[in-house]
Amino acid sequence: MEHKLTIPCTAADLAGFHAGDTVLLSGIVYTARDQAHKRMADALDAGEPLPFDLQGSAIYYVGPTPERPGQVIGSAGPTTSGRMDAFSSRLLDLGNLVMIGKGKRSDAVKEAVVRNGAVYLAALGGAGALMAQCVMELEIIAWPDLGCEAVRKLLVEDMPLTVVLDPYGGDLYESGPKAYLDSTL
Amino acid sequence: MKTISSQAITDTVASLCIQANLHLPEDVQAALTRFRQQEPWPLAKQTLTLLQDNLDAADRNRLPICQDTGMACVFVELGTDVHIEGDFEAAIHEGVRKGYGEGYLRKSIVSDPLRRGNTGDNTPAAITVHLVNGDGCRITVAPKGFGSENMSRIKMLKPSDGVEGFKEFVLETVQLAGSNPCPPVILGIGVGGSFDKVAYLAKKALLRPLDRSHPDPFYAKLETDLLESINALGIGPQGFGGKTTCLGLAIEAMPTHVAGLPVAVNVSCHATRRASAAL
Repeated sequence: MEHKLTIPCTAADLAGFHAGDTVLLSGIVYTARDQAHKRMADALDAGEPLPFDLQGSAIYYVGPTPERPGQVIGSAGPTTSGRMDAFSSRLLDLGNLVMIGKGKRSDAVKEAVVRNGAVYLAALGGAGALMAQCVMELEIIAWPDLGCEAVRKLLVEDMPLTVVLDPYGGDLYESGPKAYLDSTL
Repeated sequence: MKTISSQAITDTVASLCIQANLHLPEDVQAALTRFRQQEPWPLAKQTLTLLQDNLDAADRNRLPICQDTGMACVFVELGTDVHIEGDFEAAIHEGVRKGYGEGYLRKSIVSDPLRRGNTGDNTPAAITVHLVNGDGCRITVAPKGFGSENMSRIKMLKPSDGVEGFKEFVLETVQLAGSNPCPPVILGIGVGGSFDKVAYLAKKALLRPLDRSHPDPFYAKLETDLLESINALGIGPQGFGGKTTCLGLAIEAMPTHVAGLPVAVNVSCHATRRASAAL
């Protein structure tokens, strides 16, 4: 099944999203990877505000290449999400609803996805030039000293994504290979 | 005796960094096309089609294939009859600095593994030099992303583990990596030597074009058998399920100690990049 999704969103918008469904995502997406997650956790610990509102937000784990003059963004595919596992449950509990990356997540993150009616969507790993075509606007909103890891606010249009973790406990990385192998029996 | 200037080395490395990051080697492209044609699982086929679309988008927009433009692994086959004018290694690092700057490539190197801190220009390169006979100088730049590098493994097996233990370790590595290294993967496998040499063999194996099998029929068959076993795991493109888990693999072997059987698997992704030039 294919869904259209606009961010910011609510948990109700994500009802009916199942592992293996495809999503065309539009709206506002914030980029954050290793160092930005660390700094967000530090800010929360210190009671300081985050660079963006987590409510109904989408966070994309990406560190793009520098844009050429005249380009909105450089190559912009996902980085491995597992490195953000230590931080993600907390962000989900505080209102983040959509995580975009690639690769396996921890059991704690899977539980937080279900608890909050959130989703984890996979972007195409190693397909940064394709993902870049969906980005219409880019603005660095925090921690420019982090270079490619700075937090960017992106306006995206019809970003092609696949549901990996759904609000019902589904996990495409388990069900997908199993379904394929069952088909070969 | 041939003289090569350090400037020529810098310019060559710079252009190879850009070329490697923007254009996939033909043998990898051909493997991607072949596996897409043979892929029976719809979501997997669709995903492989998008990976091909990505190559077109990279070409059309002069964008890197992948945003992780990698650590610049530079291999040099240097003839013993060549005289380098200037500082050889500094010339290579300068080439990386130039290429990653002028090519709008991502700077992903930190100056210290524990204290971190981005160097800002993707230097230093990881340089490997081979001395060969003659007056040739062949440079290969193979940018390596760490989504896949992090999934690589090394193990000192027991001689009694034999061929079966070797195969099992490779399959286990792919299984553990799952969706993380951006499958379909490409594997460089080292076997034999010592702890350090086996890791080097695995990295070197990634330089061999996918359409070329090992010259020794024993290892050539092992490569074919392993590829078949990996593509029966069901992980599929991006880990979504499907037949195409691995586009190709190469094994490099060397003599080892009577008491040892070192094995290393260097995991790489569908965007396994390399570009070479002769000076």
